[in-house]
Amino acid sequence: MKAGSLRVIEWLGFMALRACMCFVVLILVVVFYDIITKGIGIISWEFLTQPPLDGMTKGGIFPAIIGTLFVTIIAGLLAVPLGMGCAIHLNEYARDNGLTRFIRMAIRNLSGVPSIVYGLFGVALFVEAAHFGTSILAAGCTLGLMTLPVTITASEEALKTVPRAYREGALALGATKWQSIWGNVLPYAVPGMLTGAILGISRAAGETAPILFTGAAFFLPDIPNSLFSQFMALPYHLYIMSTQHHNIVLVRPIAYGTALVLIVLVFTLNLAAVMLRYHLRKKGIAHGQ
Amino acid sequence: MNRRIKEKIIEGFFFLNGIIVIGILVGIFVILVRNAWPAFHDVSIGDMIRWPNWNPDAYTTPTYGVLPMLMSTLMVTLGSLAVAVPVGIGAAAYLSDVASPRVREIAKPVVEILAGIPSVVLGFLGIVLVGPMICKLTGRYNGLNAVNGSILLAVMALPTIISLSEDALGSVPRSYEEASLALGANKWQTVINVKIPAAASGILAACMLGMGRAIGETMTVLMATGNAAEFPGSFLGPVKTMTATIAIELGEVAYHTTHYYMLFVVGLMLFIITFFINLAADVFFHKHTRAH
Repeated sequence: MKAGSLRVIEWLGFMALRACMCFVVLILVVVFYDIITKGIGIISWEFLTQPPLDGMTKGGIFPAIIGTLFVTIIAGLLAVPLGMGCAIHLNEYARDNGLTRFIRMAIRNLSGVPSIVYGLFGVALFVEAAHFGTSILAAGCTLGLMTLPVTITASEEALKTVPRAYREGALALGATKWQSIWGNVLPYAVPGMLTGAILGISRAAGETAPILFTGAAFFLPDIPNSLFSQFMALPYHLYIMSTQHHNIVLVRPIAYGTALVLIVLVFTLNLAAVMLRYHLRKKGIAHGQ
Repeated sequence: MNRRIKEKIIEGFFFLNGIIVIGILVGIFVILVRNAWPAFHDVSIGDMIRWPNWNPDAYTTPTYGVLPMLMSTLMVTLGSLAVAVPVGIGAAAYLSDVASPRVREIAKPVVEILAGIPSVVLGFLGIVLVGPMICKLTGRYNGLNAVNGSILLAVMALPTIISLSEDALGSVPRSYEEASLALGANKWQTVINVKIPAAASGILAACMLGMGRAIGETMTVLMATGNAAEFPGSFLGPVKTMTATIAIELGEVAYHTTHYYMLFVVGLMLFIITFFINLAADVFFHKHTRAH
């Protein structure tokens, strides 16, 4: 083949690859453009602070915002300590044996379990067997288990960035294993672990399938007053407003507003995590590079 | 001595923490099996496969045929992969071999942000954006169908496929690329004939994981595919996937009835399918890391 035509083929090929990436960027632009332009109009102080009114055709989404915050906090309280503990075991204590490989395989498989299957699991375990009923506690626990693989992986990454010398230095001075972990590893790893935890939790905040049957409610005028009450949640509210409401066209602006608040909430959490990571890198606490 | 006991206790505590993960995975499996088991007393596996439809509320005899929903899940998954695999691999090759460092800095967060969009938001866009678009293009009255679901699932699978394929391409040793260029191949020939084949098992693993995500995804298909309980006819017709069936019916079903148990059978099937897909992805991934 002539050099000229080879160059044309190369140019065309690279254009095709570039087009693939542009397509991905375009998807993101379309998603955000549509939600923001059509959702921004309804956002007001009342929308954020009032409960739904008049058969959910007016008013705001306040109980859903609070419900999502509560259930996300419960999920975090379960997933973060467990995830950190598991990561400490894997990175600091575990030997490279069959059991450790099995734990790692379990983590990878858990992250691939469909969210609706977590929902089924939550119904059978938390709602039924543990007698939590359909409640914010049952839903929070279900979401917590779902986020666990993310928190473990992120925590382990954070532990890996702490140089071996930190551990060895402490051990050489006569510290026990735990003293070296507590005094010389965790202080440097915890910020990174928290970054990962926030990323995991932000995913929990946007999930719908696991809370469908474990505690999310169609409509509640008040915010939940105990761990065993049902709750409204932003993602579930969006689902209801776009598919189940008796007058879907009328409430479309509310649905758009809910979608906007939901993605703002999720990406604020993400942004907080990214900024925390950036801030720590600058202070030289994270040792990644 | 006291100190050593304390150390042992602490180590034991973290060991338990690690074991819990296995406990959860096994627990999910056991609970699914236990709740699915009673269904097999009432409905034989043969009937589940033979029955042409899933109609638990039938007036005479309820039927629990799982083929229609298996077929539906297969359709939307394959449809999504038809879009997500070529685009995903293309975008990954772009990021790893074509883009300048500055473009990469901007493009990589785009992929991460795409991965962070809640599925219910995409499902909503399937209703308000993709559906009407399909109506306009095909002249149909209803845009909630398998194509719609496939498009949304492609969006959900893309970030997984892109970022893992890019990792796979990035881990191909530089010497491969240099050898190819030194032999006179241009960059495009190197990407197509050397790098992508060398990263093939890693890319395959990425696509498997993307597929696992598509099969298990609930909200987007629940909202965008129309959910007709009939045997899926075409991509432009409504379908009701396995995940959507559970999502729709678990809320209405009376606990501890055959119907309730059958929904756990569907959940068990989903669990087993995604388990083996993840396992396969694992195998390919290890093959890739061992090769490089």
